[in-house]
Amino acid sequence: MACQSQQHWNRRTLLTAGLQAGVTAAAATSMSWLTPLATKLAHAQERAPDSQAPAKSVILLWMQGGPSQRDTFDPKPQASELYSGGVKSIKTSAQDVRIAETLPLMADQMHHLSLVRSVVSREGDHARGVYNVKTGFRPDPTLVHPSIGAVMCHQLTDDLEIPRHISMLTTNTPARGGYLGDTFDAFQVGDPQQPVPDVTARVDTERDEKRRSDLFSVVEKEFARGRLRNLDEKKTLHQLSMKRAVRMMASKQLEAFSLKDVPQTKKDRFGDTSFGRACLAATQLIQVGVRCVEITLGGWDSHINNTPAQASRTKIMDAAMSSMLAELDETGLLESTIVVWGGEFGRTPWLNSTNGRDHWPHGFTIALGGGGIQGGRVIGETNPEPDRDAKDETADVVDPHAVEDIHATVYKALGIDYEQEMMTPVGRPMIVAQGNAIKELF
Amino acid sequence: MTDDLEKKTHNAIIHYTIHLVENWYKLTYKETVKMKWRPIISVLICLVALGGISSSLLSTSQIGSSADWQKRPLRPDTGVLNVVAAVNGEFIDSWKNADLEAAPPASVLAVMRRASLALHGTVPSLEEIREFGPSEQMVDTLAAENDLLDRYIQYLLADRRYADYVSERFARVFVGVDAGPFLVYRRRRFQLWLSDQLFANRRYDSLCRELISGTGVWVSDPAVNFVTATITDDNQGRPDLPKLAGRTSRAFLGMRLDCLQCHDDALGTIGLSFEGMSREALQTDFHQFAAFYSQASISLGGVQDDYRHYSYTYLGDEKDKIITPKVPFQSDLTLPAGSRRGQLATWITARQNRAFSRTAVNRVWAIIFGKPLVEPVDDIPLSGPFPPGLELLATDFSDHEYDLKRLIQIITRLDVFRISSRAAFEVTSRHEQAWTVFPLVRLRPEQVAGGIGQTARVRTINADVSYSVRQQQQQDILSFVKRYGDTGEDEFEDRGGTITQRLLMMNGNFVKDRTRSSDGSNAAARIAAIAEDDEDAVQITYLCVLTRLPSKTERDHFILALHGVSAEQRERVLEDLFWTLINSTEFSWNH
Repeated sequence: MACQSQQHWNRRTLLTAGLQAGVTAAAATSMSWLTPLATKLAHAQERAPDSQAPAKSVILLWMQGGPSQRDTFDPKPQASELYSGGVKSIKTSAQDVRIAETLPLMADQMHHLSLVRSVVSREGDHARGVYNVKTGFRPDPTLVHPSIGAVMCHQLTDDLEIPRHISMLTTNTPARGGYLGDTFDAFQVGDPQQPVPDVTARVDTERDEKRRSDLFSVVEKEFARGRLRNLDEKKTLHQLSMKRAVRMMASKQLEAFSLKDVPQTKKDRFGDTSFGRACLAATQLIQVGVRCVEITLGGWDSHINNTPAQASRTKIMDAAMSSMLAELDETGLLESTIVVWGGEFGRTPWLNSTNGRDHWPHGFTIALGGGGIQGGRVIGETNPEPDRDAKDETADVVDPHAVEDIHATVYKALGIDYEQEMMTPVGRPMIVAQGNAIKELF
Repeated sequence: MTDDLEKKTHNAIIHYTIHLVENWYKLTYKETVKMKWRPIISVLICLVALGGISSSLLSTSQIGSSADWQKRPLRPDTGVLNVVAAVNGEFIDSWKNADLEAAPPASVLAVMRRASLALHGTVPSLEEIREFGPSEQMVDTLAAENDLLDRYIQYLLADRRYADYVSERFARVFVGVDAGPFLVYRRRRFQLWLSDQLFANRRYDSLCRELISGTGVWVSDPAVNFVTATITDDNQGRPDLPKLAGRTSRAFLGMRLDCLQCHDDALGTIGLSFEGMSREALQTDFHQFAAFYSQASISLGGVQDDYRHYSYTYLGDEKDKIITPKVPFQSDLTLPAGSRRGQLATWITARQNRAFSRTAVNRVWAIIFGKPLVEPVDDIPLSGPFPPGLELLATDFSDHEYDLKRLIQIITRLDVFRISSRAAFEVTSRHEQAWTVFPLVRLRPEQVAGGIGQTARVRTINADVSYSVRQQQQQDILSFVKRYGDTGEDEFEDRGGTITQRLLMMNGNFVKDRTRSSDGSNAAARIAAIAEDDEDAVQITYLCVLTRLPSKTERDHFILALHGVSAEQRERVLEDLFWTLINSTEFSWNH
C-alpha cells in the first residue's frame, strides 16, 4: 500500500528536491542522487534501439485466482507427492523445456514462449495481487496506476474506430486507465458468441439520427450558454465521446468481435469454450489494429483438491492458448504481438491438508513470447521441495525477478521508454515501470 | 437575481405539476379498482406488504418517515445564519482580492437539483418539485426563494435516503469498496450501521472514536469492520497496521502519512509543520502512528486489544526495532489511560485537534459539491494556508457537537452553493476555482443511475414506494454502475467521459427500459396520456429529467415535433425527448 521509493526517486523529482533543498544542501545531497541517476543512464544505454521493429500489440491471458506453477509451466515430478501433486512433465517443442502433462497442445508451441519461473512479489491477497501484476506497482492509496494496455494506448497513437484496449470475459478487475484517465480503461466485452453490448441503437436509423440532431443542435447549445468557452473540448468531452461511440456503432471493424463467419472446425480447435472463443476473437481484433486484449479465465483459486481443479482449467487453456499462438504464428502476427500468460500469484509448492494449494507470491511463473521476445527460454528456477518453515520464502529462488521486471520487459519490446515519467492529474511525475527488462529474453 | 428564463416561467410550474400528479393518481385509481381485479390486487398488496416486512426484519435500518421534517423549524437558527454570513464574507473578500466577478444566484429549481443529488444521489421527482418548488403565490424575492430551499433541505435531511446515500460515501472512506476478508468482514452490515448513525445524527467525533477503538464482533458491533477490513491472508489473520494507519490519517486527519511508510519525506509534500515549528515528515512518524493499532487482535470474541509490540526495520537499519506509539503533531494533548487505540481515538477527536474538524468539513463539502474545498480531499496542510470558509466551518463544527446535519445545513445555505453555474461575463476556470460560479462537476455513476431511475417516475422513489420497486431500483443501479465504471474510493477525482459510458446511456437496457413508450409504467407514457397539450408535455418532460423548464427555443422545437401527430406517434416523440435529455451533458453533470 505504500508509495514505492523508486517512483519518487526519479530524475525530475530528484532535481526538484535538489532545487528545493537549496545550494548548500544540494552540495551535500548531490552524491546521494547522482548514483541512482548514473544507474538509470546505464539502463538507458542498455535499452538502445534494437534492430527489430518494436511490437505493436499485447494479448494478456489473465488466469484469475492464481494458477499453480506446479500444474502448468513449472512441474516438479521429481519431488515427493506432497510437493508434485502427482503431476508429471512432458517434453515440448523447446529444447530442455518441460511443462505439465496437462498441457499437451501447448507443448507444441513452447518454442514461441519463454518462462520466467522465478517471479516474486509481496502481494498474496487476490485484490492486491491483481493490482500488482496488472500494473507493475503495489496498491497505493494515493493513486491508481494504469495497466499495460492503458500505457500503450497513451503512448501510441492510432485512428481506430473501435476501442484499442479491450478486456474480454472480465470479472471484477478489468484493466484500468488509472491516473491516465478513464478514457484508457479497457472496453469490456463478454463471450464473442454474444453481441458486443450497447453498440446497436434501440430505434431505427431515422429516429436515432433525429434524437442526436435534437441533442446537439438544441439541448447542448442551450447548456453551453453562459459557461466556459469551448465547454466540450476544454472540459466535458461529452459530445466528443458520444461522436466516437456513434462512429464505433457504425464501424465495420466491429465485425472483428464476431465469430459468426468462422468455420466450426476452427472454433473446435480453440476448444469452443468462452475462453477459446475469446482467444480466437483476440486474433481478429489484433488483426484490425487493437493494441491490447486482456482475456480472463477464472477458477484457479484451488485451496481444496488442487490437482483436479487445476486440470479442469488447463484443459480449457491448453486448447485455446495453443491454437491462438499457432494462429498468430501462421498469420505472421506473432512477430508484432506479445503474448503474456499469468495470474495474480502462484500457488504453494506443497499441498495443504485438503490437498489444495494456497496463495504463493514467492516464486511463480509468468510466460511470455512473441513481438520480439524470444521463445523457448527459461529464466530462473524454484526449489522442488522448499522448506515450509523458511523465514525467507524467496531465499532459494534462483535468479528472482520482481513483477516489475515483466512490465519493463514488455514495454521494452513495445519500444516504450519505461523509465520515462508520466504526469498524474496532480502533477506528480510517475515512472512507467519500476523494474528492469530481462535481457535474456531478447 | 434569478436566472431570467426561470424568472419569467416559474409560476407555470405549479400549474403543470399539480394537475399532472392529480391526474396521474386518478388514472391509476381508475385502472385498479375494477371489481374483477380486486382479488388479484389484494394478493399482490399482501405480497408486497410481506416483502416490506421481511425487508424491515432483515435490515436493522429503520425506515425513516419523510414527514418528520415538518415538525422542525423551517428556517435555520440565527447561529447558523451568522456562520453563513461570515463564510459568505470570506468568499466575497477573496473574490475582491482576486478581482473576480461573481455569478448571480441560481434558480430555485437548479439548487433543488444540486441538493437532491448531493444528499439523495438522485434528481428531484416531479412530486417533490410540486411540493417544494416555486408557487404562483410566492413573493418573488431572494428571501422567499431561500425559504423554499431551506424547507427542501430540511426535508432531504429528514428522509432516510439521506442517511443511506451519504453513509455509502463515508463507507468508501472508512473501509473502501473491496469485498474484503471472508467471514470477519461485513461491508453491507457496516454501511447499514453507518446509515443508522447518520440518520440519528450521532455526533461525528463519537462515531469516529468507535471506529478507531471499537471492540466486539463484526456482525453485532459493526464499527469494528473498520479494523477487520484490513485483515489479509498475508498477515496471519491480524489487522494490517500500515493500512489502518494510512486510512486513519486520510479519513480523520486529512493527511497522507502512508507516503512515509518506506522513507522520509525529502520532497516536503507532507506538511507536519505546526504552529510555526517547521519540520520534515519522517518515516518514524508513520510507524509510530501505526503502533497505536498494535494491540488490535482478532479472536472468537471479535476485535479486542491485547498487549503486543509493533516492530519494523527502518530504511537504512539492519534490524527491526520495537516501535513506541507517538502522535505526529500536537503531542502535548493528554492521552488517557487505556488501550492504545483508545488513546489514538481521543487524540484524533480532541477539540484542539483542528485537523479532524477540517477533514470532516472538507469531506462533507466534497459530497455536497462533488468537489472538495481543498484538493485532494485527504491532503490538507496542517498549517494552511486555508481557503475561505474552511476555518470558520471547522470551528462551528467542533463548537456544535460535531453535528453533521448542521454542517450540511450551513454549507447548503452558502452563497457559493446557491450561486449560478453560468454568468453574463465570460466564465473561465479561474472563476470555477474561486467558486464565483458553481463549478461544473461530472456526476458520479450512482448519481447518474439514481437520476435515470427517478426521471422515469412521476412519484418519488422513497421509503413510501413498494419494497419490490426499491429493490429493483437498487439492483438496476448496481448493475448500471458496474458497467458505467465505479469510481471506487477516490470519488472526487474527475473520472469518466468514456465511450462505454456513452454507449450505455444511448443504447443500454437501463435507459431503454425507463424511456420506451410501450411500457405504460414509465413517465414518458404517463405524460403522453395525461398532459393537457403539447406544450404541457414538453415542459413536464423537462422538469422530470433536467429539473427545469425548457428555453423558448427548446420549447418551440419540441412542440413542433409533437404537432399534429397521432397518439401512438406522440408517445414515441416523448420517448425520444426523454432519451435526448437523458443523453445531454446537462443531465450527466452537476451545475
